Amino acid sequence: MPMEEQPHFRVPLSLLLIFSLFLLPTSFSSTHDLQILNAERRIDLTSHIIKVYLTLKVENLETSPASEVHLAFSPAEAEHLAIVKAAATSGKRKKKTYIPLDVKSAELPDGPNGTKFFTVTLLTPLNKGETATLEVLYILTHSLEPFPVEITQSESQLVYFRDSAILLSPYHVKEQTTFIKTPSTRVESFTVVDPAKRAGTELKYGPYEDQPPYSYSPVLVHFENNNPFAVVEELEREIEISHWGNVQVTERYRLVHAGARHKGAFSRVEYQTRPDATGVSSFKHLLAKLPPKVHSVYYRDEIGNVSTSNLRTDYRKSELEFQPRYPLFGGWKSTFVIGYGLPLQDFLFESPDGRRYLNFTFGCPLTQTVVDKLILKVVLPEGSKDPTAVIPFQVDQHLEIKYSYLDVIGRTVVVLEKSNVVPEHNVPFQVYYTFNPIFMLAEPLMLSIAIFLFFVASVSYLHADLSIRK
Amino acid sequence: MAASSKPGSPRPPPSSSSSMAQDLFNNFSFSKTLKLKTKQQELLIRVTVLTLIYILAFITRLFSVLRYESMIHEFDPYFNYRTTLYLTKNGFAEFWNWFDSESWYPLGRIIGGTLYPGLMLTAAALYWVLRFLRFAVHIREVCVLTAPFFASNTTLVAYFFGKEIWDSGAGIVAAALIAICPGYISRSVAGSYDNEGVAIFALLLTFYLFVKAVNTGSLAWALASAFGYFYMVSAWGGYVFIINLVPLYVLVLLVTGRYSLRLYVAYNCMYVVGMLLAMQIRFVGFQHVQSGEHMAAMGVFFLMQVFFFLDWVRHLLSDAKLFEAFLRITVTGAVSVGAIALGVGTASGYISPWTGRFYSLLDPTYAKDHIPIIASVSEHQPTAWSSFMFDFHILLILFPAGLYFCFKRLSDATIFIVMYGLTSMYFAGVMVRLILVATPAVCLISAIAVSATVKNLTRLVRSQSQAVQSGSSKGASTAKSSSKGVIDNSQPFQRNGAIFLLLGAFYLLTRYAIHCTWVTSEAYSSPSIVLAARGAHGNRVIFDDYREAYFWLRQNTPPDAKVMSWWDYGYQITAMGNRTVIVDNNTWNNTHIATVGRAMSSYEDEAYEIMRSLDVDYVLVVFGGVTGYSSDDINKFLWMVRIGGGVFPVIKEPDYLVNGEYRVDKGAAPKMLNCLMYKLSYYRFGELTTEYGKPPGFDRARGVEIGNKDIKLEYLEEAFTTQNWIVRIYKVKPPKNRW
Repeated sequence: MPMEEQPHFRVPLSLLLIFSLFLLPTSFSSTHDLQILNAERRIDLTSHIIKVYLTLKVENLETSPASEVHLAFSPAEAEHLAIVKAAATSGKRKKKTYIPLDVKSAELPDGPNGTKFFTVTLLTPLNKGETATLEVLYILTHSLEPFPVEITQSESQLVYFRDSAILLSPYHVKEQTTFIKTPSTRVESFTVVDPAKRAGTELKYGPYEDQPPYSYSPVLVHFENNNPFAVVEELEREIEISHWGNVQVTERYRLVHAGARHKGAFSRVEYQTRPDATGVSSFKHLLAKLPPKVHSVYYRDEIGNVSTSNLRTDYRKSELEFQPRYPLFGGWKSTFVIGYGLPLQDFLFESPDGRRYLNFTFGCPLTQTVVDKLILKVVLPEGSKDPTAVIPFQVDQHLEIKYSYLDVIGRTVVVLEKSNVVPEHNVPFQVYYTFNPIFMLAEPLMLSIAIFLFFVASVSYLHADLSIRK
Repeated sequence: MAASSKPGSPRPPPSSSSSMAQDLFNNFSFSKTLKLKTKQQELLIRVTVLTLIYILAFITRLFSVLRYESMIHEFDPYFNYRTTLYLTKNGFAEFWNWFDSESWYPLGRIIGGTLYPGLMLTAAALYWVLRFLRFAVHIREVCVLTAPFFASNTTLVAYFFGKEIWDSGAGIVAAALIAICPGYISRSVAGSYDNEGVAIFALLLTFYLFVKAVNTGSLAWALASAFGYFYMVSAWGGYVFIINLVPLYVLVLLVTGRYSLRLYVAYNCMYVVGMLLAMQIRFVGFQHVQSGEHMAAMGVFFLMQVFFFLDWVRHLLSDAKLFEAFLRITVTGAVSVGAIALGVGTASGYISPWTGRFYSLLDPTYAKDHIPIIASVSEHQPTAWSSFMFDFHILLILFPAGLYFCFKRLSDATIFIVMYGLTSMYFAGVMVRLILVATPAVCLISAIAVSATVKNLTRLVRSQSQAVQSGSSKGASTAKSSSKGVIDNSQPFQRNGAIFLLLGAFYLLTRYAIHCTWVTSEAYSSPSIVLAARGAHGNRVIFDDYREAYFWLRQNTPPDAKVMSWWDYGYQITAMGNRTVIVDNNTWNNTHIATVGRAMSSYEDEAYEIMRSLDVDYVLVVFGGVTGYSSDDINKFLWMVRIGGGVFPVIKEPDYLVNGEYRVDKGAAPKMLNCLMYKLSYYRFGELTTEYGKPPGFDRARGVEIGNKDIKLEYLEEAFTTQNWIVRIYKVKPPKNRW
């Protein structure tokens, strides 16, 4: 359903633009009159983490050079948007090179209600008539709605995916196509917006031509998706640095199967004897990718150790394959803790200015998992000062104090919080701090003094005579 | 065991581990560089040996942690763990006033008033101290290690006790014996977080302090023993043993004419202060003055006063005849007043009669006839000879020998230990679990036997070698050959015999140590939550089904769901599953348990009515048919029938038996094949092939093909079954719509 009445939004543009300067002084943005010559969208629905690859060919229509390109997202998308990445491409097919571009959240005055914008800053401003090709990747979570909402053990899971056949964009789009890849050939139904067709596991919408800005045409795809909908509702990772040579990581998971809820009985005999036909949307294995040289790995929960896990290590990576206590069906939950130690020299470095910094990977070690809320705590050694965290994206930060073994003044904890984390967030981050090595000796000294005092007390007790009689 | 001043002379080994340390330290102390006086050497050796025993007692109990993990074992410890957790989270006042609505639904349980808080407070105190010292331990670790820690402390008490009743040598041997004695280890391995863990320490401490008070007549020791008693009362219901044994002991002393002012001071102080302190425990309350089990102590208390009074009167009256008359009148009067008071108290109901548990101790057949719920517990069964051998090993032989030595050197202290030993041995014979109470006495008396024997033998050996004085008395052979010609013939024989006997004693003690270690590692270190078996290729297979099921309950059922299961699993479900249960291991309400037993043994529709009336949402059964796990609900089922039938005569045991035989195959009774327990255990089991070459539905726990393979459930549905089918959980369906 292309929206013909949309252009009237653009009429008071210049007026609103001035207005917005006063209203939103921090997120200043302006729209250049660009046009998208060709847009190709590939939506990957094979797992519950939806990846959208968007290729845009942009042309500048105005005389002044344009350095920014805006991307628009509908409110529903914006709510579930985990990450937006953009890259400029150059060269032809085989010698294609990607240069990552800066993407920032932005406010545009003329967007239809609730539309959220991101601004991609180009490497070199576009002059009039010049074109540039952008590759954009954005990831959506929680965007597949199970229907039916409840399924029995023998049914497979069907989900709805809602999107627009036409790219939502603040620019005029000359030509565009959308490809949707489904995990299996079983597609119950999909909205037809001509021309649209289905071949195997792929749905093709388009090509559509000459769509005005903010055109929108809702489509609904109903298809089978039996991939594990593993969602970690909350993950707390605690990284404790000991200058005696160890980095101890403790990860507390609250896992849920976010797919269609399980209904009725769970029959073990069917689950055991016909594994291919029953409980197809359930999962019992999870895979965690841990850093190499990991040691003392444990996997437990509130009521004790869970014995079903396997650790494979080689010099490049470690993989922990583990099973929750029971297979997870839709709506079932599980909580567990994974902990491991790592050699300090792989993660702690000294910067040229004498400060130390921890270089660690952000995100969740589980593969194919969405984390609704990630709390990352870096516990610095006792006596460290001035911590600063360097992370390539926006997170909430604050400091805490934690008392561990034999602590007197407590350890500084840098707490980083981020919601909606996907595997693409597994990028290195740094925490800088200053630390005087003399603090390392505090605890051994305390222990030695305590033992010494104990012996002195014993000696004096044996030699002193405390009886009253005499 | 005094260190000998002569190098090379054989030394008595208290146990294999400590003897090595002794030798080591002897060599060390005899070197020229360190010159210590004999007394200092002795002290050094004693402290070292005790320290080693202390450590040994702790580490020998860690098998379960190494084999499995740091976890709470069995059934009752889960309740203790749960309450400790609550205590550390919410503080003492909350804990003391806690009304637990998660158990005994819909009755609930007043936790503060129905438990012995000693264990929880001890663990919480340890936890708080460690936290204060900034040891970031988890409360679970503290709970797991509480029992071994207290076992270590018990060895110290045993040392002092042995020293008090015999000598320090006997003390060290007693400490070593009790450190590894399986009878004690069975209840104090790491993870066995039960009342007995600290109670045996408290028991022995109370006894030790009381004997010390009797020996010294000191008010301070008597007071200390009263506090020991208070701790014991707060920790375990077994305190009744103390409050009956001590008066019995006092009575024996009075009868044998060993009355003294020391005894008077010790008993009165201990009884009065101990009683007042014990009343502070809500679960015990006024029982000390109101319950029949405690009346002996009170009677002896008054008797004591009469004795004192008579003593005083005799002191005043010079005429023996007059005194005799007075004595007759007073004793008759006192006894009759006491009897009348007891009679009136009992008749008016002020003094409660003896409880069933107490009766079953005095008469082992009582429980079987009257209280099936006590008889159904395996640890309440009479003890088999084999388990005595298993738990005591050589101590069983040493015990009578020790008694002989005690009688040979009769004193107030040895009379006490003899009485303790004999009474507790009797109780150990009545109930398996009371072997635990007997263990300290057996260890102490055996220690006397070992210590006295070894001491006599070494004295023999040493006096010989001193008499010979032939240059270097290094090897036994040189001493022997040189002595042969000089001194008369009887002594070398004696000497050889002594050496031979010493070696024999050493061998026996070594066997004991080996046996103890073996028993600990094989029999007493399994948590019974996690089951381990050997796989086909000799690998270790772990069945973690219990926790799988409990964790499933915890995560995937509504927080207020009520779970019905047989009472054995109640504590575990509340602690690990965090869900409300209908009945649990605190078997205080027989009717409620019988209701559950009735539901399990009724047809499905009848059971549904019962379950609806109890608001049951889930039913949990334990089933071993797939794995061959034999302590499952089908094997316990007859007890459910008996207990249910005891209250509801609708349930009749013969309905479930065929010619008095209990069977589950085709020949089983029709009621058996259709009762709820059978249906829930075997639901859809008929489709499963468990063993190669056997028909589907072959029950491996009982070795038969089940009789009813076509089980349909109308009012329940399978909610969860664990990987090895050990735990099966069913959901009770809501009632059908009437329109």
